[in-house]
Amino acid sequence: MKARVHVMLKNGVLDPQGEAVRHALGAMGFDKVEGVRQGKVIDLDLAEGATEADVTEMCEKLLANTVIESYSIELQ
Amino acid sequence: MKAAVVVFPGSNCDRDLAVAFEQAGFDVQMIWHKETGLPEGIDIVGVPGGFSYGDYLRCGAIAANSPICQAVVEHTNRGGYAIGVCNGFQILTETGILPGALLRNAGLKYICKTVGLKVETSDSAFTEGYNAGDVVGVPIAHHDGNYYADADTVARLKDQDRVAFTYTDNPNGSVADIAGILSENRRVLGMMPHPERAADEGHGSAEGAAVFRALAGVLTPA
Repeated sequence: MKARVHVMLKNGVLDPQGEAVRHALGAMGFDKVEGVRQGKVIDLDLAEGATEADVTEMCEKLLANTVIESYSIELQ
Repeated sequence: MKAAVVVFPGSNCDRDLAVAFEQAGFDVQMIWHKETGLPEGIDIVGVPGGFSYGDYLRCGAIAANSPICQAVVEHTNRGGYAIGVCNGFQILTETGILPGALLRNAGLKYICKTVGLKVETSDSAFTEGYNAGDVVGVPIAHHDGNYYADADTVARLKDQDRVAFTYTDNPNGSVADIAGILSENRRVLGMMPHPERAADEGHGSAEGAAVFRALAGVLTPA
């Protein structure tokens, strides 16, 4: 089984990298970009028997810092 | 008086921190990250600056889950003293020993310079060598030093007099200008600036040495 974890800064937490990308896009003439948030994608190759609950635990303990980040899990 | 300085792959301020402790009178043991326990009789643990595990995933995240960090968590849960500087502060927040998190600097640049630090409280073993309101010059050297905590947490830190240091001229976007905070029992300090790099006249400033001298005063067996 494969799982894809998306980790994003929570709404309300300033994302300076996203802001810099937004500025750069604006400067390049892409004037319809109103906001950019940058996150991470983590792909996991999982052995037989792994469950979504296991991935959730991985997110809570390591993959995301829930003080500042939210995460979502896609099982594939 | 015994201090332990934890060494991770990528730590680069471990020896500076050890020297600062030694100059204040501590016996210092360096503890490799794969150790599962701290030696007997350690009075304070130092978590040094650097780039533990290459800052992979998030600064401090992998170090916070290393075997030695479980021992550091147990040490602080028992009421033991600890200081985390720079990457050490990031690690202490990742373990949950200290609240909040360190984000990328608001200006996106790595900043290495001496900054003005205002001592917000002298009521701790780390800061009692200063007077509240003192301003000292201490270097910062970080890319991810932008302290973030939600509004309730910041209010709690202020109400409980747990903000140890603030920046006089906020270099990195930290909420409420926070540069260093204390744990609820005031025995753990995390700070982004480097007092161990301003601990000797040869550094250009010795204004950080008071942190280590104060600790030595508090931890000296009566």
